[in-house]
Amino acid sequence: MNKLTINNLDLFYGENHALKDISLNIPNRKVTALIGPSGCGKSTLLRTLNRMNDLVENVKITGDVHFDGEDIYQQSDVKALRKRVGMVFQKANPFPMSIFENVAFGLKAQGVKSTEEIKAVVEESLRSAALWDEVKDRLDSDAFGLSGGQQQRLCIARAIAMEPEVILMDEPTSALDPIATHKIEELMDELRKKFTIVIVTHSMNQAKRIADKTAFFWMGELVEHGETDQIFNNPIDTRTQGYVSGEFG
Amino acid sequence: MDSAMTTNTLKLPEKATKKRDWIETVFHLLFLGCAMVGVLSVATIAWFVFHEGLPAFQQAGISEIIFGREWLPPALFGIAPMIVASLISTLGAVIIGVPIAILTAVFLAELAPKWLANLVRPAVELLAGIPSVVYGFFGLVIIVPMIEVLFHIPAGNTILAGIIVLAIMILPTVITISETSLRALPSTYKEAALALGASHIYSIFRVLIPAARSGIYTGISLGVARAIGETMAIIMVMGNAPAMPGSLLEPARTLTANIAMEMSYATGIHASALYSTGIVLLVFIVLLNASLLYLNHKRSH
Ligand SMILES: Nc1ncnc2c1ncn2[C@@H]1O[C@H](COP(=O)(O)OP(=O)(O)OP(=O)(O)O)[C@@H](O)[C@H]1O
Ligand SMILES: [Mg+2]
Repeated sequence: MNKLTINNLDLFYGENHALKDISLNIPNRKVTALIGPSGCGKSTLLRTLNRMNDLVENVKITGDVHFDGEDIYQQSDVKALRKRVGMVFQKANPFPMSIFENVAFGLKAQGVKSTEEIKAVVEESLRSAALWDEVKDRLDSDAFGLSGGQQQRLCIARAIAMEPEVILMDEPTSALDPIATHKIEELMDELRKKFTIVIVTHSMNQAKRIADKTAFFWMGELVEHGETDQIFNNPIDTRTQGYVSGEFG
Repeated sequence: MDSAMTTNTLKLPEKATKKRDWIETVFHLLFLGCAMVGVLSVATIAWFVFHEGLPAFQQAGISEIIFGREWLPPALFGIAPMIVASLISTLGAVIIGVPIAILTAVFLAELAPKWLANLVRPAVELLAGIPSVVYGFFGLVIIVPMIEVLFHIPAGNTILAGIIVLAIMILPTVITISETSLRALPSTYKEAALALGASHIYSIFRVLIPAARSGIYTGISLGVARAIGETMAIIMVMGNAPAMPGSLLEPARTLTANIAMEMSYATGIHASALYSTGIVLLVFIVLLNASLLYLNHKRSH
């Protein structure tokens, strides 16, 4: 079962041809890793999946992205799409408000009023993000008081609270130390049971540890994709071989 | 020093270093001197106003001046009507002007298409440069007659006219500073909110404006300072009667107008009473700044 299918996707930032004829399937309830050297278009591809690129001026996109069979660029309700496709950013970016309000934000934006319901979802989301025990006594304190790793888990909780089907993660651990990284990777192992995860990472080891599928990009092209094992142990393309063996990056 | 080391090439840098140190010192003193100009000015102004104003307080009594409702120099020096007029006109200007200004700032920073923002922004900046006497004209020619027609009163020179003129005068300050602080926010706030499926407008009111609030407070307090200190335009449109106003549709005289209108001929205790009006004005400004500091302090904890 494919959650997302990308067909012949081309993306231009003005004159810059950032994504070249990408076709890729993202399987349901699996972790798909996007790897490749800096500037090859990984974040760009990720941001086409929840239409965050709509915010950039002069973007031109051709081809299509199907989400559960529906073309997301034909449907007009971007908010509904983003509710179903959550996103976690490279740098933890909690809102300048309390821990509780951060997690409750998405629900309140949807117009959910019931305090009971919001409270329940906040607790459940924080539990799923493995943060509940650390913050349950200070839900009303400022989110900026948390450590970097905790802030990133808070952002994951914030995304989970919307009960999305897909979670996009753009280098979610690149600003974290090994212990915080380990916690988030453990968390992703849990999350894959419920969510489809697409993660951009620069760490080969991270991709090997957590990803079921891996896709390797090179200068806007999708060079090779397949089972993570195959990409790392039996790459077909020489560029993939060079990259995963650490020869260049 | 070791003789092997004293070559020409090594001596030169030493000389240059000495010269550089000297220049450093001169610049330090220059910076310090410049910084002192501001501090000294504030100190001098405060000292003079207090020095000149205290005799009136001593002679008439603090409560007579601050709570007295009659201004009949050289007998009675009650400035309560002026205090009320200043506070009401400033408060009214804030109530009308600040929401308009914040919405304009949001429009410019977030919503307006580029060409429109490039049209509105210079207009707002121009508004900031217009001398207050010209605002006074505008008030006299447009606002005052409008009030006469709307409320069927013989003279439109009222507190309401002052409020409207002040509200317009504080717009550019509040708009410019609020827009700057909205633009200074990291784009991650907006992206995070939108990525959660929130609408643009919801993100603006729930995330962007709260995140920019310390900048917005600064803009508001500068606007308040401008409103409470404004003199010329107010004298032209507010009627200047030194009596306690009964409603917004009556004339009134602000603290600043009181000083400006009588200073040229006042002598003795009368002049001193005008300085004590200035003391009250200074106290308001200090309170304003203190409350801003407090708000920003509370925010950062
Ligand atoms: N908002 C934008 N406007 C214009 N060009 C952009 C924009 N974002 C990215 N690009 C360009 O698109 C190309 C791909 O960028 P992208 O951010 O997707 O790379 P990446 O693979 O995520 O790199 P990194 O690993 O460094 O994050 C680059 O050439 C970049 O300069
Ligand atoms: Mg990137």
